[in-house]
Amino acid sequence: MSVFTAIYRWIDDRLHLDDILEFLRHKVVPIHSLSYWYFFGGMTLLLFIIQVITGILLLLYYHAGASEAFESVQYIMTQVQFGWLIRSIHSWSANLMILTAFAHMFSVVFLKAYRKPREMTWVSGMLLLFLVMGFGFSGYLLPWNTLAFFATKVGTEMAGQVPIVGHPLMVFLRGGDEVTGATLTRFFGFHVAVLPGIVTVLIAIHLFLVLRQGMSVPPKVELEWEAHPESRKEMRFFPNFALRETMAWYVVIGILGALAAIFPWNLGVKADPFISAPAGIKPEWYFLFMFQTLKLIPSKVWFIDGEVLGILGCSLVALLWTLLPFFEGDKPSNTKRWITGVSIFALFYMIGMTIYGYLAK
Amino acid sequence: MATLRNKFVPLGAAVAALALLSSLAPAPRVVHAQAAPTATAAPAAATPVNSCLDCHSSLPEPYGVTQDKFSQDIHSQKGLTCTSCHGGDNTSYDPTVAMSPAKGWKNFKDRKSIPQMCGSCHGNPTFMKQYDPGLRTDQLAQYHTSVHGKRLAAGDTKVAVCIDCHSVHDIRPPSDPHSTVYPLNIATTCSRCHSDAAYMKDYKIPTNQFANYNTSVHHDAMVNHGDLSAPTCTTCHGNHGAAPPGVDKVENVCANCHVFQAQMYEKSTHNKAFADRGLPGCVVCHSNHGIHMPSDAMLGTGPEGVCMRCHAPGDHCDRARVRIQNGLSQLDDSITAADKELRLAEDSGMEVSEARLAQDQAKDSLTKARVTIHSYQAALVENDIAAGMKIANKDLQAGKDAMVERDHRRIGLGISIFAIVIVLVGFWLYIRNKHY
Repeated sequence: MSVFTAIYRWIDDRLHLDDILEFLRHKVVPIHSLSYWYFFGGMTLLLFIIQVITGILLLLYYHAGASEAFESVQYIMTQVQFGWLIRSIHSWSANLMILTAFAHMFSVVFLKAYRKPREMTWVSGMLLLFLVMGFGFSGYLLPWNTLAFFATKVGTEMAGQVPIVGHPLMVFLRGGDEVTGATLTRFFGFHVAVLPGIVTVLIAIHLFLVLRQGMSVPPKVELEWEAHPESRKEMRFFPNFALRETMAWYVVIGILGALAAIFPWNLGVKADPFISAPAGIKPEWYFLFMFQTLKLIPSKVWFIDGEVLGILGCSLVALLWTLLPFFEGDKPSNTKRWITGVSIFALFYMIGMTIYGYLAK
Repeated sequence: MATLRNKFVPLGAAVAALALLSSLAPAPRVVHAQAAPTATAAPAAATPVNSCLDCHSSLPEPYGVTQDKFSQDIHSQKGLTCTSCHGGDNTSYDPTVAMSPAKGWKNFKDRKSIPQMCGSCHGNPTFMKQYDPGLRTDQLAQYHTSVHGKRLAAGDTKVAVCIDCHSVHDIRPPSDPHSTVYPLNIATTCSRCHSDAAYMKDYKIPTNQFANYNTSVHHDAMVNHGDLSAPTCTTCHGNHGAAPPGVDKVENVCANCHVFQAQMYEKSTHNKAFADRGLPGCVVCHSNHGIHMPSDAMLGTGPEGVCMRCHAPGDHCDRARVRIQNGLSQLDDSITAADKELRLAEDSGMEVSEARLAQDQAKDSLTKARVTIHSYQAALVENDIAAGMKIANKDLQAGKDAMVERDHRRIGLGISIFAIVIVLVGFWLYIRNKHY
């Protein structure tokens, strides 16, 4: 008996690992023409794991404080061995994670995978998406460069527009009335402690639900399988699907490495609160569609302030989107076509507004 | 009630505006008809606000002064009227009364009286304090020391008096962009006489100053870069006390701005050599009105070179000149090369901001070396050049290191991608062979 077998036996005696492996051996993944969309959830998980690892490594040298944050990131990028790689991977991985999360979300929407009984999976996924965007917003400030400073200023100002709770919320986010070193410390706390804690719990719930309920199949395929059970195709989760997912992960790692090496993440210029905001300042790409929408709303719509209306409108849309499964039909035969129409519109609206935001001056 | 009151506000304003317009509107013809009867018989409403403007607004130049023109005048804005300078009686439409010498009326046909008249207020600190406590009151005293003032005293009435530069009846403060003495307009104002060859014929001085100034670095700074503190005519010549600086005072004038150059020149061998030969300091190399942006070519032997106008080829000074010129050129080239390398590194996404910051110090050293030229000591200039070279070479090396690092990264990436592809192919073969 080898050493590894001995160790396995020792653990198995205590935790009954065979039960878990048995569960995995019997777990299957449906095969159909759109199965490749299943990979995006796993890719998002991989990128989150990379974020955690690179984030911990950055913590070894990062100093949160208005007078030292920028210099510490500069030190990481110039003096620390492979510091540039870790920081670039962290930044690129963050962006790719948001991209794959959006891709995952839209794949779930178009495959109608959010339907009963997976409402909780969808809601937990949407909460994770919002939290991931929160990661992006809070992490963006941490290098304390000019763009980050003013993006945070604009972003927190928008939060301040929310009626009643807006101003207290803005003060809470900023740690005062202005964006200062106190804001940086706060955002650092959210980024490395509060958000990771909540996200880890939600990921655990999300994964548990996926494992427990299995993968959804599109309504059309489900109906066909119901009519012709012999046409049902499945593959084992382990090792068949796991091997393919691993291949996808390797591709993601390759893309991530290429981006980090060829386009290292720019550090920018240290933030100076006393200069005016750079002309044409824009948020990160994943907030751009909302930013552009708010810009297009007139300053007054009837008697309501345009910005307040925009923020309330966006919040309402986000809430309704989160509750999407509850508007959907229970059975694959009675899915709502209008939801598909709205989803297509939402996708094109987001892409269109993002491009418009980039091109607009 | 509030609504009703609000409705009446615009109506009230309109009535008030009409009344105001009626009071301001010049109507000389009607006024003269009313003025014909005796003053005692005239109704109170017919009493003119300013009879001078009522009549002079319809007169041709040089007697014409409109209400619109005079309202632009700082004196008018401060509450002064025609009689404040001209005397007389502006409440009467009878010219013999309004312009009665008995009532102190003066016409200033004698240009010599103008500076005295202006100076009667502007030379009186107590009087001027009520308008602007910070305003100088030595203009008349300065004017007496100027070439203009001295010639006027000698009977030459062609020279400039106050109104020639400041205009008349629409005199604006120098801070007003429309003022003839606003910094941007001063050179044009001076050129009205000094560029007029026919007018200046008797004075036997050049009339190309304005044309030369327009080609100068000072004009460029003032007009093209909007630097209102850049020198114009009055900066070097003075304004009210305008006079040529004099050969022995030129460097003092330039030193007002170019402090370090002047300090070095003061201690240099050129200072004594130029003074002994009666040469006008800075002007010898830089000229006066047409001062161009100095370049290292001034040290060369080409058309822009200035040293070899006096020095002989191969002499001690020529050899020093060559050392300085080569050193400056070397430093300039090194800075340019480092800039280029750092830009390349930045475009490749490399972090070289520290070297970029240090480049500013190298450029400062080059500027300092160019200033130190005015000491005419090659060793001192070379010290500055050496300091700059050290930084520029370090920055160049930082750029090169960054590019080497970039290549290493790309090689590392290539190896990693190759390894990933091998693994992917392995997975694919494994899945196919095992029929997973």
